[in-house]
Amino acid sequence: MQFRTKAIHVGNARDPQTGAVVPPIHVASTYVQPGAGEWGEFDYSRSGNPTRKNLETTLAALEAGTGALAYASGMAAIHGAMMLLESGDHVVAGSDIYGGAYRLLHKICNRSGVTTTLAPSSDLGALEAAITPQTKMLWIESPGNPQMSISDIAACAEIAKRHHLLLGVDSTFATPVLTRPLELGADIVMHSATKYLGGHSDVLGGALVVNDKSLYDRLYFVQNATGAVLGPFESFLVSRGLKTLELRVREQCRTAQKIAEFLDADPRVSRVLYPGLPNHPGHEIAARQMDGGFGAMLSFEVNGDFAATKKVAESTRLFQLAVSLGAVESLIEQPASMSHASYDRDARLAHGIRDELIRLSIGLEAFEDLRDDLDQALGA
Amino acid sequence: MNDPNRVPLDVSDLGFSTSSVQAGEARQKPESAITDPIFCASTYTFTDTASVIRYIEENEEREEYGRYGNPGEKIAEKKLAALEGGEDAVLYSSGMAAIVGLLMAKLNAGDEVIFFDECYHRSREFCSKHLARFGVVTRQVKACDYDAMEKAINKNTKMLVSESPTNPHLSVVDLEKFAAIGKKHGVETLIDATLATPYNVRPLEYGVDYVLHSATKYLAGHNDLLAGVIIGSKAQLESVRKLRGIMGGINSPHNIYLLLRGLKTFSLRMERHNQNGQAIAEFLESHPKVEKVYYPGLPSHKYFDIAKQTMRGFGGLITFLVKDADWRKTADVIDAVKIPRIAPSLGGVESLIEQPLVMSYYQLAPEERAKFGIYDNMIRMACGIEDAEDLIADLKQALDSI
Ligand SMILES: Cc1ncc(COP(=O)(O)O)c(C=O)c1O
Ligand SMILES: Cc1ncc(COP(=O)(O)O)c(C=O)c1O
Repeated sequence: MQFRTKAIHVGNARDPQTGAVVPPIHVASTYVQPGAGEWGEFDYSRSGNPTRKNLETTLAALEAGTGALAYASGMAAIHGAMMLLESGDHVVAGSDIYGGAYRLLHKICNRSGVTTTLAPSSDLGALEAAITPQTKMLWIESPGNPQMSISDIAACAEIAKRHHLLLGVDSTFATPVLTRPLELGADIVMHSATKYLGGHSDVLGGALVVNDKSLYDRLYFVQNATGAVLGPFESFLVSRGLKTLELRVREQCRTAQKIAEFLDADPRVSRVLYPGLPNHPGHEIAARQMDGGFGAMLSFEVNGDFAATKKVAESTRLFQLAVSLGAVESLIEQPASMSHASYDRDARLAHGIRDELIRLSIGLEAFEDLRDDLDQALGA
Repeated sequence: MNDPNRVPLDVSDLGFSTSSVQAGEARQKPESAITDPIFCASTYTFTDTASVIRYIEENEEREEYGRYGNPGEKIAEKKLAALEGGEDAVLYSSGMAAIVGLLMAKLNAGDEVIFFDECYHRSREFCSKHLARFGVVTRQVKACDYDAMEKAINKNTKMLVSESPTNPHLSVVDLEKFAAIGKKHGVETLIDATLATPYNVRPLEYGVDYVLHSATKYLAGHNDLLAGVIIGSKAQLESVRKLRGIMGGINSPHNIYLLLRGLKTFSLRMERHNQNGQAIAEFLESHPKVEKVYYPGLPSHKYFDIAKQTMRGFGGLITFLVKDADWRKTADVIDAVKIPRIAPSLGGVESLIEQPLVMSYYQLAPEERAKFGIYDNMIRMACGIEDAEDLIADLKQALDSI
């Protein structure tokens, strides 16, 4: 079965009682048991919920995994993965991981005696050099944010194998439509389902997918014990979103590619960061690792200072000024004043986040309309 | 500029996908949220007596009581009107509620309505059984027989009605001709364009007065809600909206949110429904066990020329006849498919399949069914947005199995 057919049918079996073509939303918090000490498939909704399970079944199929867990947010999912670690363990994380993951590792996990070293995951030598005898996990993101840096997941997986580490990949930007990290040797693939999986800017959610039963069991134990499960309504909305995931992502990639090329040719733009452009440092790996598209996130630098850049970001009519990404509506933001404003300027610059950087999340609007909108905003 | 503004974007010059995502929605929404909230309230408060009086005297635009409307409904109506190129839209709790709402608003005892005979059987039933009780006369003429339609018009005729494409024969109406007959005789025209959707054709552009959709189908698109809508001019819809407030067939805020969410991917889904419909119709036509395929995108279709002239694509609904098969052998094909589910309805992401004889016309005698063009070996398939290869492989194994 092809990807899209799976997204529509796996995990969405016809309801056995009513024949409903869309499974019901199970809101019950508890389930009546066949007998004292005899347990049915579901007992309590934190431990398992039919609507959440349907979503997890679909996600596992789409990521070529054997088990998936749905969480209340992307951060809850990352936290769930990090709870596999114990005091004294060490994590090597990509230097451009999502800011929330950075905060979790440095401000929360550190309290339990888990230490972290950041290394650029697109530089395999540097990544491997950061590994210590205490290292238990590699955590990377590809494409990374906001440079759209590309990590070679298969090569990272080899490093992880060699050092007996778990490799976790935050694949939020790539989606299973474009990249399936488990097939490339990763142990855990993670999503902020808030983004493309849900796809409509109307749910917060997260997911982990694995293809190893014992790893699944360990993650399930943590999730059940700590409780950050995805609610039934949200599970339904993400499942509904998955049905159009491939259509959306492929269309968004096609538009992003054309927008990147348009910006790249525009003299008002000094640099475009998009893995689909041959001048992007990760282009070759991306062409190998991403199936038929380079994602729908891109960044660019305008010829101008902080204020001029801010003006461009504030002048669009279709692109809305907001953080987050991955939805049907196109969004625009200036990392220096928005997503990365909490970094001091030197730290930002060290991460390559210059004042004139703008990040776009390409939605489903027509390419011509988005292009015209950027064109007028750049001239504003 | 990203100026706080509460009016929807003018999408008249923008692409269809842009309209699907953004039309009808204020740029600046409550709490600056990127999506509109779901207002569940059944009633809306006034600050003081003066504001109630102002509302009544000045016809101020605001909410009053849930049966008369809710904020989500207004957004959905604006989006649907924009997609259809119409001035106004009235949303209902189902397609049938919309048909009933329009006809009840427009027809009085003694009035007559003329239908092209290929149509959703419940629309027919409402007119012939229920409008009749109120003294409204329904006349049916053969689908796409414009002369017969014109001949049937008399001084009492108030409405000409057709689907396009029709269900399940996929006959395509020459909208220009249809609208012209109405104009010539001063009779209003209604097209149920559920099967076409505004992605493929916009009947208002041809001079039709009202477009109706079972939004349950492609517009919502996920087989998970019921909705209906009528689109037309503000003046012509005023009485329709008023009657809705009395009859009460308004849609619920939760449903409307799902409808709006479905509309965001409408353009994308339709493109795929069209591609799948065309590919599968072509496959079926080439299969030795298929006697005939009804699909407007096939040159063999009776209405191919007019369809080609007026439609951007031909949708996901296909009807076909299995060669040398009685009703049971035909049912075997349906029972053998693995991906499409056996169910009525159409227009959702999941493919559905059914045998009209069994699903909708089981109670009728064979002669009656034949009169409606419903044959024992007829199958209706509503292609979803799965991969066409998967659907074709599935249909192939099912047909080969008999
Ligand atoms: C790449 C990436 N990972 C993780 C997250 C965190 O997900 P959430 O916001 O759903 O907790 C985000 C989103 O903000 C993200 O962009
Ligand atoms: C062409 C057509 N018109 C109207 C309807 C009635 O719509 P609903 O089922 O939403 O009431 C249907 C579907 O059932 C239909 O197929």
